[in-house]
Amino acid sequence: MKGAPRRRLTMTNETEMAPLVPAAATAEAADATPARAEEHRSPGRRVQQFLHVYPTTIPFLVLLLGVIGFAFIAGGRFFHPLNLSLILQQVTIIAMVGIAQTLVILTAGIDLSVGAMMVLSSVVMGRLAVLSGVPVPLAFAAGILTGTACGFANGLVVTRLRLPPFIVTLGTWSVFGAVNLLYSKNQTLRYQEIAEVAPFLQATGRLFKIHDYLPLDFLGGAGVTTGSLLMIAFAFLTAYVLRRTAFGRHVYATGDDPESAQLVGIHVDRTLVAVYTLAGFLCSVAAWILIGRIGAVSPNAGATANLDSITAAVIGGTSLFGGRGSITGTLFGALIVGVFRNGLALAGLQNTWQELTVGLLIIVAVALDQWIRRLAT
Amino acid sequence: MNAPGAAPSAPVLQARGLVKRFGKVVAIDHADFDLKPGEILGVIGDNGAGKSTMIKILAGALRPDAGEVLMDGRPVHFRSPLDARAAGIETVYQNLALSPALTVAENMFLGRERRRPGLVGAFFRHLDRAGMRREARERLTTLGLLTVQSVDQPVETLSGGQRQGIAVARATAFGTRVVIMDEPTAALGVKESRKVLELMLDVKRRGLPIVLISHNMPHVFEVADRVHIHRLGRRIAIIDPKAHSMSDAVAIMTGAMKPPPAEAIGEPPPA
Repeated sequence: MKGAPRRRLTMTNETEMAPLVPAAATAEAADATPARAEEHRSPGRRVQQFLHVYPTTIPFLVLLLGVIGFAFIAGGRFFHPLNLSLILQQVTIIAMVGIAQTLVILTAGIDLSVGAMMVLSSVVMGRLAVLSGVPVPLAFAAGILTGTACGFANGLVVTRLRLPPFIVTLGTWSVFGAVNLLYSKNQTLRYQEIAEVAPFLQATGRLFKIHDYLPLDFLGGAGVTTGSLLMIAFAFLTAYVLRRTAFGRHVYATGDDPESAQLVGIHVDRTLVAVYTLAGFLCSVAAWILIGRIGAVSPNAGATANLDSITAAVIGGTSLFGGRGSITGTLFGALIVGVFRNGLALAGLQNTWQELTVGLLIIVAVALDQWIRRLAT
Repeated sequence: MNAPGAAPSAPVLQARGLVKRFGKVVAIDHADFDLKPGEILGVIGDNGAGKSTMIKILAGALRPDAGEVLMDGRPVHFRSPLDARAAGIETVYQNLALSPALTVAENMFLGRERRRPGLVGAFFRHLDRAGMRREARERLTTLGLLTVQSVDQPVETLSGGQRQGIAVARATAFGTRVVIMDEPTAALGVKESRKVLELMLDVKRRGLPIVLISHNMPHVFEVADRVHIHRLGRRIAIIDPKAHSMSDAVAIMTGAMKPPPAEAIGEPPPA
């Protein structure tokens, strides 16, 4: 599983024994400068080392190449401000769920239930507010609480029963999905129904058109939605927590080598429960963004969110083996998925080709990750 | 530098009659242990003799079924490695307990990070990264371990000996009473082993006692002041490495030779 080097030499190797010198005689060994890690600086090795230190370079380059490529293929239509603003809207939910997924993957886990948590939360918000007549703030809070509780449940099962996260969340994916269908009776709440009672739930879909605020008329109707801004805010917040707080360091250490983390006094189980709970919470915020994006509440929305979130995280350079990756990477990953889907569609290629391209990107990303990790001997 | 044999000194860390069973297997059977101030105590024993179990109890990772652990003569009850650490006992584990993807400085403070003072630290939980880096650098330079820029290097880019150095530096930075080192040279080459042994003597010179568990007889005999020999779950001898040969030690360890008379346990005869 983990590539931790653990060589163990057997009993004394008599031939290799140093003579029984008194301690002082070893002093010369002390001034010998410490051997730096061997530096075989072949070009490939250098690239490897560079990527090791700056793992987000690759997703950034892929994004750049994608943008340049589609500029040629799709021409001005791709760069049209309206199109770019559309890409951002399309990417927002993938990115939001991807942030949650990244947290979990950093601990060497995976959360297959992110999509289900998101949809369940949105259904709870919508139905409570629209059909059960619960005051909107309460309904909203209930939805957030639902997602958070689902995440907490995932964390508890993973840590208490010591089951692989893949299996646990595969199970809860079905459970949350079934609860969602039972509760919603597979009914969709239409835009008008929600708009009458609970416009707040659709607030994340509000588009701030740039030309309303700045004299940039050529931008047309291009703009940013509240949902996108919310996602960006949460991306900053999560990145801050991961990079600048002890909890964030513990998340990385837990994913890197849980045994070592435990030995240095990190509460590995507590960290894991917190991560899964946080993931659930972020998915419930994604639920709000989802309602704003599609305007309605559908128990069948967001079906691709699970795999898209993993795709975004992995293409963004987050290692499935844990301990390596970043929120920035995931944002790039989500944008790559968005740009490729959009660009290929503009180029007139069918959905199938988009899927094929994204699939290849995933494989390349994971292969690269393996290659970079090999530096960690 | 000599064994602190002459002055009678009360043990810093002691164990009396430790027993630990795993199911039907008795891992340690009324084992005793003494560590004196400022000494390096070698602990040797064949595989399965129970020395790691004993060490785990001393480090707080296991709880004994019977017997007691004492610090400065007072009984202590460690429920976790954290308790032992709070009491000033730091352990350098065989797997080093480092997080490869994190930097040297981050690893030094892993699990006991420092926050910035004031609101930024208290409310935003912002880490005092500059402070931790500075202190990590100081520690490593004092031990003659690393060049200055390397505290920002991820640990996985370091060689085995350097990693060992980081683990030792971390233990000595926070260990106020005792440092336990489990097979510190097992994964290292000749040169790197030398470096670690030198480091141990350096730590000893600073007055911190070390428990060295090792299979490598030459290393044990080179640095240890006394050698604790474990056999079949208990301590059967303490020998003075200057008065006994390595083959004596191996013979006692495997039962081929009778342990020296009991008066050798405790105080080696003054030279």
